[in-house]
Amino acid sequence: MAQEVKLFGMWASLYSRRIEIALKMKGVQFEFIEEDLQNKSPLLLKHNSIHKKVPVLLHNGMPIAESLIILEYIDETWLDNPILPRDPYDRAMARFWARFIDEKLIWISWDAFSSKEEDQGKAIEEACKQLKALENELKEKEFFGGDTLGYLDIAAIMVASWFGVMQEVMKVELLTEENFPILCQWVGKFVDCPIVKECLPRKEKMVEFTRVLLKDFLASK
Amino acid sequence: MAEEIILLDFWPSMFGMKVRIALAEKGLKYERKEEDLLNKSPLLLEMNPIHKKVPVLIHNGKPICESQIIVQYIDEVWKDKSPLLPSDPYERAKARFWADYIDKKLHLLGGKLWRTKGEEQEASKKEYLECLKLLEEELGDKPYFGGENFGFVDLTLMPYFSWLHVFEIATNFSVEVERPKLITWSKRCMERDSVSTSLPDHQKLYDFFLQLKKWHGIE
Repeated sequence: MAQEVKLFGMWASLYSRRIEIALKMKGVQFEFIEEDLQNKSPLLLKHNSIHKKVPVLLHNGMPIAESLIILEYIDETWLDNPILPRDPYDRAMARFWARFIDEKLIWISWDAFSSKEEDQGKAIEEACKQLKALENELKEKEFFGGDTLGYLDIAAIMVASWFGVMQEVMKVELLTEENFPILCQWVGKFVDCPIVKECLPRKEKMVEFTRVLLKDFLASK
Repeated sequence: MAEEIILLDFWPSMFGMKVRIALAEKGLKYERKEEDLLNKSPLLLEMNPIHKKVPVLIHNGKPICESQIIVQYIDEVWKDKSPLLPSDPYERAKARFWADYIDKKLHLLGGKLWRTKGEEQEASKKEYLECLKLLEEELGDKPYFGGENFGFVDLTLMPYFSWLHVFEIATNFSVEVERPKLITWSKRCMERDSVSTSLPDHQKLYDFFLQLKKWHGIE
């Protein structure tokens, strides 16, 4: 049967980029629909009526929302180039660390980036602790997925891109080569992957976008 | 090889209840260790250094944390009995979506329900019932969220119904009146041994809730 695959996303949304990377790794042809998040399309609101967010994958008319859930769906539907490990324990670990990034690391790091001066030291210390825990997961591997990109590498696009952008916008150093040599090495390898290069927006563009997004916050500082 | 399964748990924890139900559905024997959350054991801190929370499943010495992840692990390892997730990828995605929604939304709103008063509490009650409405719509006419079979979403939501009973008494609102289909569903689930033996006694939970309110300085 002819597959119809559409991805509702937004160019600056790293969550959308996760899905693009996975679809390209699987060689799936898809149509990307750019959403204006200030003026969401009726289709997006219909297909993700609960959260009203991007990304949403529409496969033969069936919507799937939430990026980590979409990644698992993609892996279970297109079986070439598996992105999740086969072993149940390794899968559990990959899922754990992906959730850790989305539910803990990003928020603690946002605290570190956005704290008032008097609280910043402590917030940075806490964020570094969490980053170190993630770095330790790499161990001796090229990528979190082993020799090639996997689910956790894709999830960790936040680390590869968001941190660099935020560091420039907020003028706060967090993920440095000095403190995180292994993680920074991973970032270099990750952004150099041909598929990731195709999908990741230019840093300057992301920085500009983020400055506008946070303009009220930055003005109040 | 003999399987060694340990569950680090806290009896009123909704997340712990989920894992208990999953283990029971699979007919698995395990050792349950009750944690004192005000005085966490060295084992818990070693097995879950990132979040320091229960539940933690320790399978042959290896820890798995986060209840949704634990349940999926259980389903994948002991895959020959009572599948908890559907086999179709789209149905699986839907199950994961709703389980995630329940854990995030209901958990947050439940906390607001008992921690707030007056107008704020009324607003939380309304939101809670709206979420239950969405879930009721998702259930539709099926016996379980999983269709004919009890599954991932059912075992995620049931622990909240245990607590809901407590909230109903404490905050004076009735889910039975507002969401009768869900009440029917919950009674059907309670007929399963895996569920009835995994959820705490209502009175015990209510007494714990009163204690919890005292600790938090709430009338």
